[in-house]
Amino acid sequence: MGVGIEVTNLNAWYGSNHTLQDINLHIPANHATALIGPSGCGKSTFVRCLNRMHETNPIARVTGSVRIGDLDIYEDAKPVEIRRRVGMVFQRPNPFPTMSIYDNVASGLKLNGFRNRRVLDEIVEKSLKNSALWDEVKDDLKKKSGASLSGGQQQRLCIARALAVDPEVLLMDEPASALDPVSTSKIEDLIFQLKSQYTIVIVTHNMQQAARVAEKTGFFLNGRMVEFDSTHKIFTNPSDKRTEDYITGRFG
Amino acid sequence: MVKQKTSAQTRIRAVTDHAVTGLAIAATVLVIAPLVAIFVYLILRGASSLNLDFFTKIPKPVGEKGGGMANAIVGSGILLAVASAIGVPIGIGGGIFLAEFGRGTRLANSIRFTADVLNGVPSIVMGVAAYALIVSPHISFLPMLGHFSALSGGVALGIMMIPTVCRTTEEMLLMVPHAIREAALGLGVPNWRSVLSITVKTASPGIITGCMLAFARVAGETAPLIFTALGNSFWSTSLNEPIAALPLQIYVYAISPYDEWHRLAWAGALVLIVLIVLAVSLVRYVTSRGVLKGAS
Repeated sequence: MGVGIEVTNLNAWYGSNHTLQDINLHIPANHATALIGPSGCGKSTFVRCLNRMHETNPIARVTGSVRIGDLDIYEDAKPVEIRRRVGMVFQRPNPFPTMSIYDNVASGLKLNGFRNRRVLDEIVEKSLKNSALWDEVKDDLKKKSGASLSGGQQQRLCIARALAVDPEVLLMDEPASALDPVSTSKIEDLIFQLKSQYTIVIVTHNMQQAARVAEKTGFFLNGRMVEFDSTHKIFTNPSDKRTEDYITGRFG
Repeated sequence: MVKQKTSAQTRIRAVTDHAVTGLAIAATVLVIAPLVAIFVYLILRGASSLNLDFFTKIPKPVGEKGGGMANAIVGSGILLAVASAIGVPIGIGGGIFLAEFGRGTRLANSIRFTADVLNGVPSIVMGVAAYALIVSPHISFLPMLGHFSALSGGVALGIMMIPTVCRTTEEMLLMVPHAIREAALGLGVPNWRSVLSITVKTASPGIITGCMLAFARVAGETAPLIFTALGNSFWSTSLNEPIAALPLQIYVYAISPYDEWHRLAWAGALVLIVLIVLAVSLVRYVTSRGVLKGAS
């Protein structure tokens, strides 16, 4: 089951560049939350702070607190433990090119030392079914490379790979921006199904996409969160003038 | 009017296209030509002296007909095995450090600089240095060192392999897309595990090519062996004794005044090249099996 995320006074820097300033918000459990805003506004940095991927860059720095469920991720746990509980799907599909489809899905477990073949088989099947890829790949799970799939299939493979480690939260950083409309709509259907089991945070440049998949939407601008509310309210009656300007296409 | 101009432009483009394609083909031929020329010439000069004795007998004393280079073939194999056992793990380990763990540190920069300098050191200098460090009698209190031996020859060749293996490993690791590393880290895989199981594995075809390049380079080295392995006219497979090697044998035979030995030197050169090609092809074949369809 998914858990809620409580962000308090979050600040982030890349070197001397203050990319996130005083972010406070509550992301509800088992819902999809969309983050919109122009390029460079800090929304990708924000999701990377939620699983401590931010700090893989040596010049990056973070202050403030992020609580995922009962866990303060910057106080109570190591980055590798957080990342097993908070899965991530990236903008470009990035399956491991040397691995089969099966090994790609199993990689998170295998690389962390899990070896029980029977259980692995079950988890791989379940994850591929959850990511709506099973029927397309079940016949050559171990024969074909993950890199031999189409772009849309690769992205669903990456979602299956993230689901296989059984996270509570799924972060998606523009998961459909490199895909065609058909693949995009498959990913969106998937987000709809997955949010009953996971808390989903999705960064998107596509405002229609935010409106279609998310209950809550946050608007970021220049490293600050301008407005956070129900998606319906953001897109029909935003409280802030800047949000209105952005969603009506006046800038960005 | 406009149309005419366009068709003239099209013609110019077509001509340019053909010219550049022709240049590329010419360059390809020039690259391949020396290899083919060497091979053909070696076959012409050496093939007639090849027979079963060449692969099964040791050299005969001066004046006697026949004899072979069996001891040199086996000796080269042993020397290269020792060299690879030293050069490949140290080189790959160093390359991983440069690309992954030490990137940007002062230590990494000085290792990279050292490797580049070491790569440019002439092999004769490497041989003299190896002689001074591990062959000359002052360290004979250590087991197996302090005298001419197969081990010291292997060490000298192994040291020569390190910089090539190290730098190509680094280059190949840096070519692995950042997205692949992020994918592994995002799954909660510890960094060291991600490096070994994902990054190195993804780069492994290139790393193997680097090892093969280094292997082929030292397989033909003569100078460092003169001061270390020394050469041997008799059977020896001991790491503790001087050992024969194909390049050494070719060198000794080629500068001798005897026609019979000249012919054997040609045959030896042919065998050396064929064996290197076979070894490289074998490694490529073995390591390419199990690669999945559609992997790019």
